[in-house]
Amino acid sequence: MMPGRRRRSHSRRGRDAPVAGAIRPGKVPLHWRDYLFEENPWSRWQARFRSAYEIASAMRHNPLTVAGLAIVALLLLIALLAPLLAAQPPNLQDLAARLRPPGAGAWFGTDELGRDVYSRVLYGTRISLGIVMLVVLIVGPIGLLIGCTAGYIGGWVDAVLMRVTDIFLACPRLILAFALVAALGPGAGDAVLAIALTAWPAYARVARAETLALRGTDFVAAARLQGAGPLRIILRQIMPLCLSSVVVRLSLDMAGIIMVAAGLGFLGFGAQPPSPEWGAMISSGRRFILDQWWVAFFPGLAICIASLGFNLLGDGLRDVLDPKQR
Amino acid sequence: MSDPLALTVIGVENLRVGFGGGAQSFPAVQGVSFSIVEGEIFGLVGESGSGKSTILRVISGLNRDWSGRLTIRGQEIGKRRAKRFYKTVQMVFQDPYGSLHPRKTVDAILYEGLAVQSMDDRQRRIERVLYDVGLQDGFRFRYPHQLSGGQRQRVAIARALILEPRILLLDEPTSALDVSVQAEILNLLRELRVRRRLTCILVSHNLAVVAHMCERIAVMNRGRIVEELDSASLRAGVAQDPYTQQLMRAARGYDRAIADSFVDFD
Repeated sequence: MMPGRRRRSHSRRGRDAPVAGAIRPGKVPLHWRDYLFEENPWSRWQARFRSAYEIASAMRHNPLTVAGLAIVALLLLIALLAPLLAAQPPNLQDLAARLRPPGAGAWFGTDELGRDVYSRVLYGTRISLGIVMLVVLIVGPIGLLIGCTAGYIGGWVDAVLMRVTDIFLACPRLILAFALVAALGPGAGDAVLAIALTAWPAYARVARAETLALRGTDFVAAARLQGAGPLRIILRQIMPLCLSSVVVRLSLDMAGIIMVAAGLGFLGFGAQPPSPEWGAMISSGRRFILDQWWVAFFPGLAICIASLGFNLLGDGLRDVLDPKQR
Repeated sequence: MSDPLALTVIGVENLRVGFGGGAQSFPAVQGVSFSIVEGEIFGLVGESGSGKSTILRVISGLNRDWSGRLTIRGQEIGKRRAKRFYKTVQMVFQDPYGSLHPRKTVDAILYEGLAVQSMDDRQRRIERVLYDVGLQDGFRFRYPHQLSGGQRQRVAIARALILEPRILLLDEPTSALDVSVQAEILNLLRELRVRRRLTCILVSHNLAVVAHMCERIAVMNRGRIVEELDSASLRAGVAQDPYTQQLMRAARGYDRAIADSFVDFD
């Protein structure tokens, strides 16, 4: 009489799906795969783990993505364990051993003050990744919030926010960095500020474009019909869906951020000596590049590998997360 | 229905809606009036673009560009709605593939409304409403892409019902579904309406669906109600208005001779 009340049978999903109902709360799953692919998840976390696993297994199929992920993981590990991995403190000078070629004592040679290039490159990972992390943490949320707000509310709010975005977009990154350095004095913090100030508009644009497509959807209308205000709808309905394109864009831009940070260091506007910033190291090695190539080569190689890693990871993430490519 | 004024739950008087301001404004709804009594299910039928969904969007507060008079349970309603209003009026959308947030589990979708309306006892309410729409056991932590169309529409109905509304607006709730699933959803809606004493407006272009569900039906064409009739006369095919007669002929299936005889009613 009431077909709606009957449980409808449905096809099994996934080859490892266990018998429905075999695992109930309180019982220990037989295998982690059974847990992940159980047809009827019984907790919020199980559902989350499963979608995380699906993303991870989609990434696994692309060897380049795995390589990118490995490089980034390696960089993070090096940054964390730099004191353990380094042969000596990065700023320890030994003028008797200056400009030694790579060899048993110093794998990457020594620089003009007798400092171990290998140790300095390792410690440089901390600075570069630190700059990348800070820029990402500033730029992602600001770009998302401004873009989603402009897109969702529209009207004059949209016009004002987008004109502000245009103004920042019109500032050349290096010129703005010069201005900041002139105003605040050189340092790694200025590099972060300069990159962040010029980087967020792109994310605001991306987020706004996504929001424009989302704001007319029925699930947003349904949220309005539940009584949710604009802020709640932006934060809880729209942002989660804009997040993946912003994350993809961010991970592709991380390589660029590393390059700009190194460029600023090279020009003397970023991290200041004696801190082992890769760009600054290349800059000081420039004087010896013909005879003592290793002073500039190894930090350059580090920049190269780091940008490559982030680029590969970004490409892989785009393939997995971008709903348009799915 | 001895005292229709006291029982009127939804009153619409001379409702007008235009799309696009200025001289080129398109009149989507041109002076529609009807009233619906407590516990009734009122059908709005008409072809695409006749303004029936627009009326629902006005009543629900999604469309704010309208004029006329609108009363809900005796109170005159303005263009902006308070948060409390949505505890009285809820809506089910046409497309179950677009009306659920793709990155949220069923649980999160249902929780959202409870959080907005700061209702208590949330776990129990979620369990109960899922049971009521026939999604007990194991659907709670699935994502919409792990559900079929009919199951999604059940979730959408659950989302509307979890706020315990008195009025349910149904915007073609079955037209995106498979025929066999349509019947299940319609029966579910009938049963829920009785059990929860809901007053409903059902918008559809499907005469059979409306005749099955509704006691009273208004036929719309070009933004006007051309005729109001009861379900018995709709089933019997008795209609006064020429447009309604034509709609009924069209609903019987495609016939070259009948199709050629169709005219536009302005």
